[in-house]
Amino acid sequence: MMIIIGLSCEGQLYAKMEIVYVYTKKRSEFGRQCNFSDRPAELHVDILPDPSLAANFTVRDPCNVTMQCAEEMSEHEVNTERFESESRGINHVEGGWPKDLNPEDMEATIRYRKKVEKDEHYQNTIMQIAGLMEHCSKQNNATDIYQDFFDDEVEEEVVEESEEEPSAKTINVFRDPNEVKRTATSLSWHPDGNHKLAVAYSSLEFQKAPNDMSFDSYIWDIENHNKPEMTLKPVCPLVCLEYNPKDSHILVGGSYNGQIAYWDTRKGSQPVEMSTIEHSHRDPVYKVIWLQSKTGMDIFSASTDGQVLWWDIRKLSEPTERLVLDPSKKWNLDNALGAISLEFETTMPTKFMVGTEQGLVVSCNRKAKTPAEKIVCTYSGHHGPIYALQRNPFFPKNFLTVADWTARIWSEDIKESSIMWTKYHMAHLLDGCWSPVRPSVFFTVKMDGTLDVWDILFKQNDPTLSLKVCDEALYSIRVQDNGRYLGCGSQLGTTTLLEISSGLCTLQKNEKALVSEMFERETKREKILESRHREMRLKERSRSEQSREDETKDADGEESTEELVARAETEFFHMLEAEKTKERNEEKERDMEKGVCEEKDFQEEHETNGEVASFTRGEISL
Amino acid sequence: MAEVEDTLKRIQGYNGVIGSIVVNAEGIPIRTTLDNSTTVQYVGLLHQLTMKARSTIRDIDPQNDLTFLRIRSKKHEIMVAPDKEFLMIVIQSPTE
Repeated sequence: MMIIIGLSCEGQLYAKMEIVYVYTKKRSEFGRQCNFSDRPAELHVDILPDPSLAANFTVRDPCNVTMQCAEEMSEHEVNTERFESESRGINHVEGGWPKDLNPEDMEATIRYRKKVEKDEHYQNTIMQIAGLMEHCSKQNNATDIYQDFFDDEVEEEVVEESEEEPSAKTINVFRDPNEVKRTATSLSWHPDGNHKLAVAYSSLEFQKAPNDMSFDSYIWDIENHNKPEMTLKPVCPLVCLEYNPKDSHILVGGSYNGQIAYWDTRKGSQPVEMSTIEHSHRDPVYKVIWLQSKTGMDIFSASTDGQVLWWDIRKLSEPTERLVLDPSKKWNLDNALGAISLEFETTMPTKFMVGTEQGLVVSCNRKAKTPAEKIVCTYSGHHGPIYALQRNPFFPKNFLTVADWTARIWSEDIKESSIMWTKYHMAHLLDGCWSPVRPSVFFTVKMDGTLDVWDILFKQNDPTLSLKVCDEALYSIRVQDNGRYLGCGSQLGTTTLLEISSGLCTLQKNEKALVSEMFERETKREKILESRHREMRLKERSRSEQSREDETKDADGEESTEELVARAETEFFHMLEAEKTKERNEEKERDMEKGVCEEKDFQEEHETNGEVASFTRGEISL
Repeated sequence: MAEVEDTLKRIQGYNGVIGSIVVNAEGIPIRTTLDNSTTVQYVGLLHQLTMKARSTIRDIDPQNDLTFLRIRSKKHEIMVAPDKEFLMIVIQSPTE
């Protein structure tokens, strides 16, 4: 065993134990057969742990071991040959010719060309590509692949459209911006383009207008519902407002105190001119309409004070004409009917109609010779004020009236009653109008806030479409000229803009013919009924005349009515007495004969009583 | 030689063909039915375009190659049949 002690290069002393084995063998024993023997294991060295050595070490806890669950990759680098590309173009003036050739030289170029053409390669190539070219050229000639198909087929009106459910949807809602809400009493669409809506606000309840109620009326742009486009500031709230159909800047309004005022939107919110109080109406002006005249500046207005006044707006100090709606034609204002609505059709400029508070429609002629002739006739049938009156735009002989709980359609010729009417609704109808595009469609609004769309060709008993627009009463409705949009104003000043489905605003085929047939049929029916009524009345009258004549013959000459009455009385009482006694006798008889059928007597009595009654009635009706 | 003539004449005679040009690789118009200035203009522009088109096709797929180029415009259609050395251009107006 050798122990090597050495000095390392760093100057550290170290001890190394080397285990060395020495074999000794005699020379003579070389080559001798090895004798192996087994012997147990011998422990040669046992190096025990030396705890003092452990002092050189400290325990590390925790041990940080890094691990990675990833593919082991190695990095490689490759370097390829660089491929440079560049865009090049040839700018031809007359390019490509070989250097020795002068392009200007015609002969040289021709010669060169010919040389190329003779080349076989050239010929083969040309044959090849010519083949391709021919193919494509022929293709072009065969069909035009960019042709527009189905262009000439006119798009037919899809029939399904008319079967679509009629509907209306709210597009926009314009609320009264003031604190105190007023009723939107009248609407007027802008005549060009219909992008604006003028709404008149006022409180129609008698003396219930609160003190701080604003008098303003607004012009709304239908796109913007937050703020009105323009404010009109009258002196007194406006009940009705109309755009001038000829000049879209001018509006005229009738106010609550009876004055008429007109505005020019270019000039601002204040009225340009107002009518003088002395010559104006004495009650609120309920309707104002522009007339068709050369100047385009004439209007006429109606009010419940019984007058219809004509004005020229350039001179509002005095009306140009005056009509008092006195049915007795005496121009007595006290007798006059209050006017609530007016109707004027530009195709019949001399006639106009007035709807009154008393439920009568008065038809008037403006060009009558004498004032008494101005009122032509009246149509009765309504129980309450006539809020709306409008001729059918396609059939001016028929007009629509909206009043009390019904809407009625009239024919000008029949004065006794309307030719068609709706059933009595649960709520008052407050306004209505025809659709300007379809002769069979009209709209009505009710006190419970519903809008009804009626299509008389489709259904006469009920509205085709009934929509609840708001919870409060709807006071006014106006349809735009294209028949698609309509605006309705409510009691709290909310104007709702609705769009109706296309089925209700496109003219159906045969519609005009069918509607005219319907109107004619109903008119004829009414005429027949009217004539029958007249006949019956005549008969009654003639019968009573007849009996009167007989009586006078009996009574020998003229008797005064009093005497006749006295005679009739005495006769009547005689008759009664006779009857009474007869009754008493019969009772006695009945008591005696219990088995007799009482009914028979009872009937007889009644019959005889009846006869007596009719006879005496006939006499008294002298 | 005669065939080539015939073919070219036939192509020119087709319905709606306005003109035809045969160009070599250097851009020299060998055969043309249009006037010189128009020919030169067509050749210069279409040559470049054909090269570009061809390189486009080959970039996308190197095995591919351009066989024919058709440009349809409002007024007429320009057809280009390319080859390694030559180029045939025909201008045809659509049949309407």
